[in-house]
Amino acid sequence: MQIVVEDLAKTFRVAERTPGLAGAVRGLVRRKHREVAALAGVSFSLAAGELVGYIGPNGAGKSTTIKILAGILVPDGGRVEVAGRVPWKERIEHVRRIGVVFGQRTQLWWDLPVVESLDMLRHIYKVPAAQFRTQRDELIELLDLGKLLATPVRQLSLGQRMRADLAASLVHAPAILFLDEPTIGLDAVSKLAVRGFVKKLNRERGVTVILTTHDMDDIEALCDRVIVIGDGTILSDGTLADLRNRVTRERWLTIDLGDSGEVSDPDATVIRRDGDRVCLAFDPEVVTPAELIRRVTSRHVVRDLFVEHPPIETVIARLYQHDRQR
Amino acid sequence: MTGYLAIVAARFRALLQYRAAALGGLFTQVFFGLVRIMILRAFYAASTTAPISLANVTGYVWLGQATLLLIPWREDADVAEQIRSGTVVYELTRPLDLWGLWFARAVAWRTAPVFLRMVPMFVIAMLVVPAGWGLAPPPSVAAFVLWSISFGCAVLLSAALTSLMSVALMWTITGDGLPMLVATCATMFGGLVIPLPLFPGWAQPVLYALPFAGMLDLPSRVFTGDISVAHAPWVIAHQLGWTLALALLGRWLTSRGVRRLVVQGG
Repeated sequence: MQIVVEDLAKTFRVAERTPGLAGAVRGLVRRKHREVAALAGVSFSLAAGELVGYIGPNGAGKSTTIKILAGILVPDGGRVEVAGRVPWKERIEHVRRIGVVFGQRTQLWWDLPVVESLDMLRHIYKVPAAQFRTQRDELIELLDLGKLLATPVRQLSLGQRMRADLAASLVHAPAILFLDEPTIGLDAVSKLAVRGFVKKLNRERGVTVILTTHDMDDIEALCDRVIVIGDGTILSDGTLADLRNRVTRERWLTIDLGDSGEVSDPDATVIRRDGDRVCLAFDPEVVTPAELIRRVTSRHVVRDLFVEHPPIETVIARLYQHDRQR
Repeated sequence: MTGYLAIVAARFRALLQYRAAALGGLFTQVFFGLVRIMILRAFYAASTTAPISLANVTGYVWLGQATLLLIPWREDADVAEQIRSGTVVYELTRPLDLWGLWFARAVAWRTAPVFLRMVPMFVIAMLVVPAGWGLAPPPSVAAFVLWSISFGCAVLLSAALTSLMSVALMWTITGDGLPMLVATCATMFGGLVIPLPLFPGWAQPVLYALPFAGMLDLPSRVFTGDISVAHAPWVIAHQLGWTLALALLGRWLTSRGVRRLVVQGG
């Protein structure tokens, strides 16, 4: 296993004070602290070449995990090994072999053209000149950076900046890549570009990727395996299909009606009606899709229909809800 | 080493873009240089004995004005912004020592603005200003060479103090207190208000034991010949000694700070 995480725990101390002037004055003398457990016993392991989605609501502990794996934060408990090293103990050796992108922040030099940032990183990671040139030219082509190289980073759009940031994280050809919300705030075209690139990197070069995101399309397009985290513990770990099955067997039948009748069935519920389009949710173990379709088509004029899984957003939202109710 | 040098070079290049600020600073500093010299000339006219000659104190003022921004008047602005916004995470993903990285940044931050102002300032102080009011060239080639070395050491010393202030941010996040204290000390005890040789005799040993003398005062006095070539190695030893001490303290604090680091924001 390339990455092993066992029983990882991290607690932050958050300073608290009562609102208002009295609270501020009291805060001068005595600070109150509250312990917040960002991670409370997280365990998983990854083989080399896996592409894993790591998802969870805001504040679930995603970024904290990534930061510990990247050697930035020191955990309070648990064991971590990445390629045989404990990240925070052998930070400098460890970071030579990983690439990191934090979508909300840039690692490029704000006032300098992109190409100078890349060149500086070459020196920092001591990449031999010839190897750097091949690597850089390949990244420039794959990420379509040719026209942006001479532009100072402050003048790049968010999508352009993210592509340049991805290139910056790969200058030293790392075997493992940590992506923390790489598609945040991007437009549809830029998202597709980032996804396409990450997929290629994983398939063709065998780079291990851990990706956190709130965009379920990222997960659906990229990840074979999804780890869901909530309140510092793992809620689910497996393939997308496993995750769906665990949370709900539900499927959706969408029908375009040729008449304007009311659709109803004892084994299905109407979850949406939009003009002639009706969406029914059903459990395939109670009524098979074929049987439900037969019933509906026998009673209504149907122009078109299709069966689908509920979108992954819905699945995840339900998983979070289950967790809250527990 | 190359990694740190690459950071110095990159930041130096980035900082050279601020030409308008340099031009504005140049005019202000020439103006205040003339004012300071006017005041000193008035004092010297009324006094019979002085511990430093008028020509040397005039040169001292010009050199101080030219290298004014060597004064570590605050922590590294970039590092402060990184810590405030959380971008500091990237600094820790580099295969470099964090203190060394911040020191490299500080070296560039302290030198680039000084270089932009120093060259035109030398031209003005040596050639434009009327005789008796300007900066005289160093008395010997040896004095000039020793000044160059001492100036380099002043950069390292100032950068070491700057990165120490940056490290302190890991404890306070918005740390205006320490930089304000350091800036006041550096201005007062660095010879920017009153040239250090003009302080009373009893204060001299203290002033010259502090690190602040090594930034503007000592190199300037090597340049003008007020400190002899024979004595100049002691100046360099003072500067390097303090640089080393501040660097060791900075590195130790950094390793402590990293362990308790809380990265701001998601």
